[in-house]
Amino acid sequence: MNIASFAPLAVALPILGAALAFLLIRHSRAQRAVSIAVLSLTLLLECALLASVWDGGTAAVNIGGWLPPWGITMVVDQFSSLMLVVSSAISLAVLVYATGQGMADGDQDAPVSIFHPTYLILVAGVSNAFLSGDLFNLYVGFEILLTASYVLMTLGGTGPRIRAGVTYVVVSVVSSVLFLISIAMVYGATGTVNMADLAIKLADLDEGTRTLLHVMLLVAFGIKAAVFPLSFWLPDSYPTAPAPVTAVFAGLLTKVGVYAMVRTETLLFPGDRLNTPLMVAALLTMVVGILGALAQSDIKRLLSFTLVSHIGYMVFGLAMSSVAGLGAAVFYVAHHITIQTSLFMVTGLIERRGGSSSVDRLAGLAKLSPMLALLFFIPAMNLAGIPPFSGFLGKVGLIQAGVELGTPLAYALVIGGVITSLLTLLAVARVWNRAFWRKPSDAEHPDPVLLAEPEDSHTGSRAGRSNVTLLPRTMVGSTLGLVLLGVSLTVFAGPLFRLSDQAAHEMLDRSAYIQAVLGEDAPVPPLALKTGGGK
Amino acid sequence: MSVNLTLLIVMGALYACGIYLILERSLTRVLLGLMLLANATNLLILATGGHAGLAPLYNKDTGAQEYADPLPQALILTSIVISFAVTAFMLGIIYRTWVLARQDEIQDDIEDLRVAETPRFDAEDDAPIPAETSEFPLTMLGSDGSTVSDHATAADGPEAAGDSITAGVRKIPAADAAAEEQPGSQNVTPGPEGGVK
Repeated sequence: MNIASFAPLAVALPILGAALAFLLIRHSRAQRAVSIAVLSLTLLLECALLASVWDGGTAAVNIGGWLPPWGITMVVDQFSSLMLVVSSAISLAVLVYATGQGMADGDQDAPVSIFHPTYLILVAGVSNAFLSGDLFNLYVGFEILLTASYVLMTLGGTGPRIRAGVTYVVVSVVSSVLFLISIAMVYGATGTVNMADLAIKLADLDEGTRTLLHVMLLVAFGIKAAVFPLSFWLPDSYPTAPAPVTAVFAGLLTKVGVYAMVRTETLLFPGDRLNTPLMVAALLTMVVGILGALAQSDIKRLLSFTLVSHIGYMVFGLAMSSVAGLGAAVFYVAHHITIQTSLFMVTGLIERRGGSSSVDRLAGLAKLSPMLALLFFIPAMNLAGIPPFSGFLGKVGLIQAGVELGTPLAYALVIGGVITSLLTLLAVARVWNRAFWRKPSDAEHPDPVLLAEPEDSHTGSRAGRSNVTLLPRTMVGSTLGLVLLGVSLTVFAGPLFRLSDQAAHEMLDRSAYIQAVLGEDAPVPPLALKTGGGK
Repeated sequence: MSVNLTLLIVMGALYACGIYLILERSLTRVLLGLMLLANATNLLILATGGHAGLAPLYNKDTGAQEYADPLPQALILTSIVISFAVTAFMLGIIYRTWVLARQDEIQDDIEDLRVAETPRFDAEDDAPIPAETSEFPLTMLGSDGSTVSDHATAADGPEAAGDSITAGVRKIPAADAAAEEQPGSQNVTPGPEGGVK
C-alpha cells in the first residue's frame, strides 16, 4: 500500500470540508476551524505525496478500479506533486489571511459565510486539475475551480465586482467551450481521452490533424493562463475582487493554465512544431504585460499586469523544450505562485492601512508601518529578480537555457526577459517610492488617514495599539509566513532546482508517466525530443 | 465512420448563432449565445461517438459493433450539468446588473476608460522647454549677441510659429504649456499620472 494511492484524497478532502463548512454556515467560528483544519490536512497529505515521488516514483491511481484507458486516472508525478504542495501552502496562508480579515471586519458583509465552502471547492478543483490523468477530468477540474471562482469573484455583488465578473465569466466560459471542443475532436480522432493513451495514439495521426488539435488545446489553455494576446481579461477582472480572493486567483488560476500547457506540450504533443509561435507569444506576453503595468497607478492593477507579464517567462521556458528550459520554468512557476500571492496579500494590507490602493493617494507608509514596508519590499524585489532572491535564480536558469539553445529567437527572448525584469523593477520601485518613501504632503490626493499624524507617535504604545487594530495580527502573520516561504525558496533553491530539473527530465522522457498509467509493458513512443541542453 | 448530416448542419447553425450572439453587448444575448455554443458542443461530442447503436447493456447475443459508444454520452451528461450551473449563475449576475444599473449591457471598465482618455501630452515630460531657463541669462548670449537656445525659436520652426503646440486633442499656447512646467498651473488640472482630467 503506497502513500500515492491516497492521492484522490487531495481532491476529496476539500470537497468534504466544503460540505461540512456549508452545514456550519451559521457557526462562523466552527466553520473557520473546519476549513483551516481540512486545508492543513490536505497540505500534510500532499507533502507526503511529494516525498513519495521525490526520486521519480511516478504513481497512478485508478478511481473505482476501472482500468485505464477507460476509467478515470489520477497521476502523481514530481511536477504535479510540487504544484499541489505549493498551491495548498498558499491556499492555507490566504485562508488564514481571509479569516483574519473576516474576524476584524466582524463578518458584516453578508455572504462571508459562503466564502469558506466556495474556497474549499476552489482548492479541490485546483488539486483535481493538477492530478488528473485524462483530458476530460482535467476539464472537470477546470470547471470546478472556475465555478467556485465565479462566486468568489462576485462576492457581495457590488457594482464593480458584477461588472468585472461578467467579463470574467464570459471569457472563462468561452475558453471552456473551446477546451471541450478540442476534447471532442481529440476523442473523435483517437477514441480515447486518457492522456497516457493519447501520448501513444496521437503520434499515429497525420500531421495536419495533430497540429489542429495541438493549436486548439493551446488556445484554450492560453486563455486560462493569460498568454498575450489572450490576456486582456485578467487585469480588468482580478483587481475588483476582495483582497484574499485576488491573492489566491493571481497565484493559482493562471498557473493551472500554465500547468495544462506544460502537459500538452510535453506529454501529448512532444516535439518542437509550435515552439516558434510559443516563443513569440512569450516575448509579447512579457513585454506588453510589463508596459501595461507601467501605465497603472492602482497597485492591484499594476500587479495584475506584472502577473500577465511573468507568465511569459514560464511560456518561454516551456517553449524551449529542453530539460534546462523546462526545469527553470517549473522552478519559476513555484516561485511565482508564492511571490505573486504574497504581493497581493500585502496590497490588501496596504489598502487597509492607507485607505487606498492607488499610488497617487498613498504616501509615507514606510514611516507609518515599517513592518508593512518590509513585507512589501522583500517580495517586490523578489518579483523583479534582484539577487539573491529566487526570482533572480529562476530568471538566470531561463536565460542560461535560452543562451544554450542559441537561436536568434531565443536570444531575442533572453533580451526581452532581461528588459522585462528591469521594467518590473521600475514598476515596483515606483510603488515603493510613492506609497512608502515620499512624504504624505507630497501626495497629490493623499488619504486623510495618512495625513492625520498621530500626535503621540513618539510615545509608541498608542501608535502600536492603533497599528494592531488597523492591521489584524492574523493577516500580518499569514502574509509574513508566505513572504518567509518565498525567502525559503531562495534558501532551498538547490534541492528545488534539482527536483524541477528531474521533473522536467521525466516529463520530456514520458516513459515513467505512460508506464505508471498503462503498466510496465506499455509501448513507449520514441523520444521525439532532444534532451540536450541538460546539465 | 458515418456522420449524421442533419446533426452536423444543426451543430453548424448553433455555432454560428452562438458566436454571433456572444459578440453582442446585451448580457441576455451573450448568455443565449453561450447556451447555444454549449449545446452545439454537445452535438459535436455526440457526433464523435460514431453511429447510433444499441444501449451498451451487455448481452451475449449482440455483436460488439452494434452497441453505441457510451463514453461520449457520459461526457455530454457532465457538460450539460456544468453548463446548467454556469447558466444559472449568469442569470443571477444579469439580474444583479439589472438591479444595480438598470441596464442589460456590458459596462466599460473605469480604469480602462481613464487610461484611454489620458492624452499623450504629459505636462511634466512633453512640454517644450522655454528657450531660456538659465538663472544667468547674460552668460548665455552668443558672440553675435543672439540668444543661444536648445529649442527652436519662433523664427526657426514652423510648429513654433503659431505659438501653440498640440497636446492630445487640444492646442495649448506655447507660453501656457511652458507655464505648466511650474507648479500650480492654472489651466491644467493634473489627473492621476499627470494627464489632464
